Amino acid sequence: MSQIHVTTIVNGDPVEYLCEPDETVLDVLRDRLGLIGSKEGCGTGDCGACSVTVDGRLVCACLMLGAEMQGREIATIEGMADGDNLHPLQRKFLEHAALQCGICTPGFLVAAKSLLERNPDPSETEVRYWLAGNLCRCTGYDKIIRAVMDAAAEMRGA
Amino acid sequence: MQYQAPESIDAAVALLANVSGQARVLAGGTDLLVQMKSGMTEPDLIVDIKRIDGMHAIIEEDGGYRMGAAVSSAALNEHDGVATMWPGVVEAAELIGSTQIQGRCTMTGNLCNASPAADSVPALIAANATVRVAGPGGTRDIPAADVAVAPGKTSLSAGEFVTSIYLPARPAHSGDAYLRFIPRTEMDIAVVGAAVSLTLDDKGVCVAARVALGAVAPTALLVEDAAAALIGTSLDDAALEACAAAASAACNPIDDKRGTIEYRTKVAGVLTRRAALIALERARGHS
Repeated sequence: MSQIHVTTIVNGDPVEYLCEPDETVLDVLRDRLGLIGSKEGCGTGDCGACSVTVDGRLVCACLMLGAEMQGREIATIEGMADGDNLHPLQRKFLEHAALQCGICTPGFLVAAKSLLERNPDPSETEVRYWLAGNLCRCTGYDKIIRAVMDAAAEMRGA
Repeated sequence: MQYQAPESIDAAVALLANVSGQARVLAGGTDLLVQMKSGMTEPDLIVDIKRIDGMHAIIEEDGGYRMGAAVSSAALNEHDGVATMWPGVVEAAELIGSTQIQGRCTMTGNLCNASPAADSVPALIAANATVRVAGPGGTRDIPAADVAVAPGKTSLSAGEFVTSIYLPARPAHSGDAYLRFIPRTEMDIAVVGAAVSLTLDDKGVCVAARVALGAVAPTALLVEDAAAALIGTSLDDAALEACAAAASAACNPIDDKRGTIEYRTKVAGVLTRRAALIALERARGHS
């Protein structure tokens, strides 16, 4: 197999990589670019632990090929905090103890950020439906939902 | 395996027609990549159609809408025109997978994956959607109902692929709806899906109807008897009973972990009746 040369943007920075034709975006992020925040939970698009955005659209990195990313713009959990300043969602996840083992957390954060960018004032039902594709086997979800609602309120200045 | 991202339909057809071995078309990839990972399919060539002009476009055409093969469910859902004219189709596409899957999955992929339980397929069949197929012999349009021929199998020949789906114009007083039953509220595969599209005259009498079912036969079914039970009526109880009975009678399901034959057959009638009532409400509100 000949490797494919891809030029793309990751978290605002131009990035170049070579990948195999069947390599996923998640593999590229983790194994070639050293961005190991995105996790592989299932590898089949069911768990959301690999959530990233591509051209602003929330997607599973495990279900996309690295080769497809030519000229695209990827945003991962690594781009969420502003230096040492955590994103409000990250702070609220800590305050509400909305995580235990942490494997699902980057995916939840990326997905929740994508929701609040589209809908700054979601109802609890809207949050639950938006995050239905993010699975957590530790917390039972309630604290996660509270953290997202609280972060949304703070970001609205409420 | 080779990966190619051609920039024209002709180039894609040439790649697909001249491959030695197995080729697969990639749009959203939410089925294809899962199948590749599980070893269900081992393509020699992947043709990514997302760099071809028009594949992401939703355009008005003859009063209806043509949707490129790579339009994601999320993009479809954000298009006010389609959602207003064909709410049943859009609500069906919206049921596919999670938010993350919605960002990538396409109705064209849903059709071509040929799962009997595909959510958008009954809605497309009820809508009388047509599918544009490009291939070595040129372009042809086929009814959405003619794409799947068996679970996982389509009627497309080697070298062919779907370039767009067309939803026709709507007469006044028309409405459509899709309902599916799953044992939870999100993230599951249809036990039964039912789609109804209908048109009323000025007096509220149904003058045209199409009814389609998913997950109750090897492919999604167009149930003409169920539609006939609605036409000429005002969807009174007797008509709805007859429609539900015809829907149940058309079922040829399997027993599996999601539901028994008996259960699916019963639920198909119930859902068809409910979908007909939603379509009716929408038709009354659609001037």
